[in-house]
Amino acid sequence: MRRQVSSLVVRRLLIALITLVIVSFAVFSATALLPGDTATILLGQSATPEAVEGLRKAMHLNDPAIIRFLRWMAGLFQGDFGTSYANNVPVATLIRGRFVNTLKLAGLTAAIAVPLALTLGITSAMWRGTLYDRIVTIGTIGIISVPEFMIATLAVLLFAVYLKWLPALSLTNEVKSFYDLMRIYAMPVATLTIGVSAQMIRMTRAAVVETLNTPYVEMALLKGASRPRLVLRHALPNALGPIVNSIALSLSYLLGGVIIVETIFNYPGIAKLMVDAVSTRDLPLIQTCAMIFCLGYLALITAADIIAVLSNPRLR
Amino acid sequence: MKQPSLFGRLGMRLGYRFNLIGLSALGILLLWAGIALFAPRIIPHSVGEIVDTDYFGPVSRDLWFGSDYLGRDIFSRVLMGARYTLGISLAAVSIACFSGVALGMTAAVAGGWLDTVLSRFLDALNSIPSKLFGLVVVAAVGSSIPALIATLSVIYTPGAYRFARALAVNVNTMDFVVVARIRGEGLPYLIASEILPNILGPVLADLGLRFVFIVLLLSGLSFLGLGVQPPYADWGALVRENIGGLPFGAPAVIFPSLAIASLTISVNLLIDNLPSRIRDRSAE
Repeated sequence: MRRQVSSLVVRRLLIALITLVIVSFAVFSATALLPGDTATILLGQSATPEAVEGLRKAMHLNDPAIIRFLRWMAGLFQGDFGTSYANNVPVATLIRGRFVNTLKLAGLTAAIAVPLALTLGITSAMWRGTLYDRIVTIGTIGIISVPEFMIATLAVLLFAVYLKWLPALSLTNEVKSFYDLMRIYAMPVATLTIGVSAQMIRMTRAAVVETLNTPYVEMALLKGASRPRLVLRHALPNALGPIVNSIALSLSYLLGGVIIVETIFNYPGIAKLMVDAVSTRDLPLIQTCAMIFCLGYLALITAADIIAVLSNPRLR
Repeated sequence: MKQPSLFGRLGMRLGYRFNLIGLSALGILLLWAGIALFAPRIIPHSVGEIVDTDYFGPVSRDLWFGSDYLGRDIFSRVLMGARYTLGISLAAVSIACFSGVALGMTAAVAGGWLDTVLSRFLDALNSIPSKLFGLVVVAAVGSSIPALIATLSVIYTPGAYRFARALAVNVNTMDFVVVARIRGEGLPYLIASEILPNILGPVLADLGLRFVFIVLLLSGLSFLGLGVQPPYADWGALVRENIGGLPFGAPAVIFPSLAIASLTISVNLLIDNLPSRIRDRSAE
């Protein structure tokens, strides 16, 4: 039994690895489609054809795409992400600080969103059909139906324009006290939290409701257990697997969310770096950022998958 | 028993029972569809014409939604924007769902290595975050309207494939499919006449949800400046153009956002309130 489980987990990890290779191939070919010759872009319009040809040779641009792809992959594994075209700095240096910033944003959001969403999701399932449940359900439908930038603009309107509590932009370099930190992170974190929580509440509620429909919960109801006891004691332990699964899936929403949120609030994270890289057509930077995002997304999805397998003996 | 309303009776004649929320959502959707079709005839001002001396003007009798950052009429621009938001999304979702469903049914019926290879490949594409995918591809192929439609449909094909395949695999094991197989029917017949009619309801509901995702992604891309390019403007681009008015709480930022929200929330509510006969046909 034990061995069967570990072999299943290994299988999922292998699938994830294969997926990663396909994904990196997709990212590489998409960026390889970028119009314009890299050597010409680097040297400028006035470069002589000989100079362009020389640089093409030096950068191995004349090699077949598959060789360049393999070389790029090998570089990634050795921690060599290439050099940014825009300012000739190693991509690794550019990314390091930005990556930490984004992790801070994501971590803070998760720390707030997970407890909040679990509480709302479980309680709304507990009092299913009541006014409270309806308000929560309609609220979450509303939130998942609108684009992230709209949540962000509404947050700015409310807190920065009408209430004047917070600055509309965030800049991390002028942090002097905890209060400053709060003011700067408040809006981006609030926007992300609202988006992530809405997803998580829906999935948590669905997971708990599903367990509430099982015969053993009906049995508990018939023997006279109270509603909170019914949910917390009988349904929740069995819904735990799907709930943890939904947490991992909802957190993957963060990856899309940060792209908008970092741009709108001018937050110096990795998503902002990537959007800027797209506008300057900085190939190595786009590739590396894209791979980081895909890796994070894949890790979360795989984690959700493995948790689902481990928590449900029937899937083993 | 309560006398059913006019719409209720109409619905019953069709054999379906709609509730009030579903009906109002449907009404809003039909309204936007009508606006998208007839926009050039009903806009009060030309979209490029500067009609206000002030920029980010307030709501007035003449300018129902205020004026934008150049003093153009936002009401007309939102009405015209409906064409781009609805048109591009509808085209993309049709292509994505058609190819996804066709591939999904083929994979389910054919099975074997075709199924494995297709599933592995499309699942891999599915594990690229959609916004990131859009960002990279748009950077590569540009953001002309045909390119946007192609990009959006490629991004959402794997999801449609996965959904259709899961449904088709269930139908595929049923007796009538086995009978048809024994009768010697070919793959096209099996797909079109045996599988498709039995998964159509859920597939259409899925199409609606995917439409919402596409509207959101398109608006997001336009908001980042990578979607619909000037002189055309969809609703996301309208928000981006006028984001400078946000500190003053200008109506020019608020109304295009509300337009997006009204569209996406309506689709979601309509699907949530669809008669279960349409939605879960395969579950019967």
